[in-house]
Amino acid sequence: MKKDKLRNGKVLFSDYSLGEGVRKALTLSRDDILFEVKDSKLKGRGGAGFPVSTKWMLGAAAIAERKYIICNADEGEPGTFKDRVLLVEYPELVFEGMIIAGYAIGAKYGIVYLRGEYEYIRKSLEDYLNLMRNENLLGKNILGKEGFDFDIKIHLGSSAYVCGEETALIESLEGNRGEARNRPPYPVNTGFMGMPTSVNNVETLSCIPHIILKGGDWYRNLGTDKSTGTKLFSVSGDCERPDVYEWEWGITINEILEKVGAKNTKAVQVGGASGICVPKSQFDRKISYEDIPTGGSIIIFDENRDMLKVLKNFMEFFVEESCGQCTPCRIGNVKLLEGVKMIENEQYTFAYLDKLKDLAKTMQIASKCGLGQSSPNSFISILENFKNEIFYHENGVENGK
Amino acid sequence: MLVFEKTSLAKEIEQLIEKYGNSRSVLLSILQEIQSKHRYISDYAQQEIARHLKIQPVEVYSVISFYAFLNSEPKGRNIVRICKTISCDMKNKMSIVKAIERELGIKMGETTSDNKFTIEYTNCLGLCDEGPAMAINERVFTKLTPQTAVQHIHKVVG
Ligand SMILES: Cc1cc2nc3c(=O)[nH]c(=O)nc-3n(C[C@H](O)[C@H](O)[C@H](O)COP(=O)(O)O)c2cc1C
Ligand code: SF4
Ligand code: FES
Repeated sequence: MKKDKLRNGKVLFSDYSLGEGVRKALTLSRDDILFEVKDSKLKGRGGAGFPVSTKWMLGAAAIAERKYIICNADEGEPGTFKDRVLLVEYPELVFEGMIIAGYAIGAKYGIVYLRGEYEYIRKSLEDYLNLMRNENLLGKNILGKEGFDFDIKIHLGSSAYVCGEETALIESLEGNRGEARNRPPYPVNTGFMGMPTSVNNVETLSCIPHIILKGGDWYRNLGTDKSTGTKLFSVSGDCERPDVYEWEWGITINEILEKVGAKNTKAVQVGGASGICVPKSQFDRKISYEDIPTGGSIIIFDENRDMLKVLKNFMEFFVEESCGQCTPCRIGNVKLLEGVKMIENEQYTFAYLDKLKDLAKTMQIASKCGLGQSSPNSFISILENFKNEIFYHENGVENGK
Repeated sequence: MLVFEKTSLAKEIEQLIEKYGNSRSVLLSILQEIQSKHRYISDYAQQEIARHLKIQPVEVYSVISFYAFLNSEPKGRNIVRICKTISCDMKNKMSIVKAIERELGIKMGETTSDNKFTIEYTNCLGLCDEGPAMAINERVFTKLTPQTAVQHIHKVVG
């Protein structure tokens, strides 16, 4: 199945025909696959950047009656929409990545946790799964490989950002409130229904068929030393061409701005609301695990934007989306938002703001899951990098210099 | 709730249990189906679901209260959700909100008197490159102008 090429990229947005990856994978042994993935140095694209091979090797080593592969399609980080593009335009990559993961780990069951907001994509995904069943890419004895059975179900979420966190996602799948669990134990040991479960992001899984086809060393030669391969970027905000792009890791912010037609940019939020806000003086920094890592959200602000308003929008998001289970995050985000409103109304003291910055640091350490640990990032980086604008009312042009 | 409404809801829930089974992990799928058909999950529905799954009704309620797309109070037959997160906000989502509020004669969070529409805010819909974005039930609409937003709403039947 070939289709018209809409997008361009070296890995994900390159040519691919349905079944190629799985066909090749089934000629290899499980160990060979784990080796290729290790060799590629692929890291998880959901944000945390955990090495995929390490997770899979633990999964493969686990002995259990059932194992699960979960595709995390809960994409909810503000400014992120690349997984949507993969699900809509490249479902074969996502599903084949899951099948290959199942083969490598010894799992028979795949679940796609699709965010409630993406319900409109569900039908086309179900149709695609049926097509793959007809081609025997799913089901029993896949492509004639005796004993290799694998099938995929789609599970819809009901809108909760925190359900993207892997243990909250599993709670949600089990029919509970999406409240993050303590880790360890990690899902690879004790996951869905207490069984070994590998939770991987849509984009991570989509890289797998290409890595299996062309080899781990081919993939490793793209990108930088510690950030191998390419990354999908969801670009939105003040620019001429907002869209999803595939670029190699190591690209600088300046290069991105140039490619998407951004003018008079004063700030770039990298990594969504839980990421950091980068001022103009740092636009030569590289997007990579070595410098600024990201799940791929790039939001661009030009000189006319009010950075305090931006921060307020982010903090409102976290107040709403905190699951409320632990105190630093439940109360902390409310206090940080109050602080932003105090600045807005000019009712703050610097002494109090210093206390809030301490609180922000406490949240980063003491929160139970990544939501509370990273929600203070924008508070800290925006107040620090844009203090001229926010506290001294200088015009935006001078910001961050 | 009228008696015949109760019986038909009880039947519906029984059929869902037949379709999905009665383990705890099917709770969300069942709630989603009730929600999409009735636009809310009544106390009675919660009790029935709890009975089948052998859990306390309060556990069902606790799950409903957690998720933004599930609710235990009646809403309009169609739910309009406008994205308020940063990228749509920058694309002037307020002009969309105001146009819809004017057109329907209600404020965000309210339901029209004929029960046709509830309008509310939502967080990022994953369409930030095509903002401002909104959803009407499960369909999404992008690159809105105040005019097109209102046109989409007027096209809704039922
Ligand atoms: C609050 C929060 C939200 C998250 N949302 C997502 C998400 O939408 N998609 C995703 O793949 N990972 C998300 N993650 C990361 C997952 O917990 C997990 O690390 C990831 O699914 C692992 O897959 P990967 O190794 O392929 O990245 C989120 C984490 C946190 C703390
Ligand atoms: S950090 Fe926030 S979202 Fe995570 S468990 Fe604690 S309260 Fe819930
Ligand atoms: S910010 Fe509105 S869709 Fe993402």
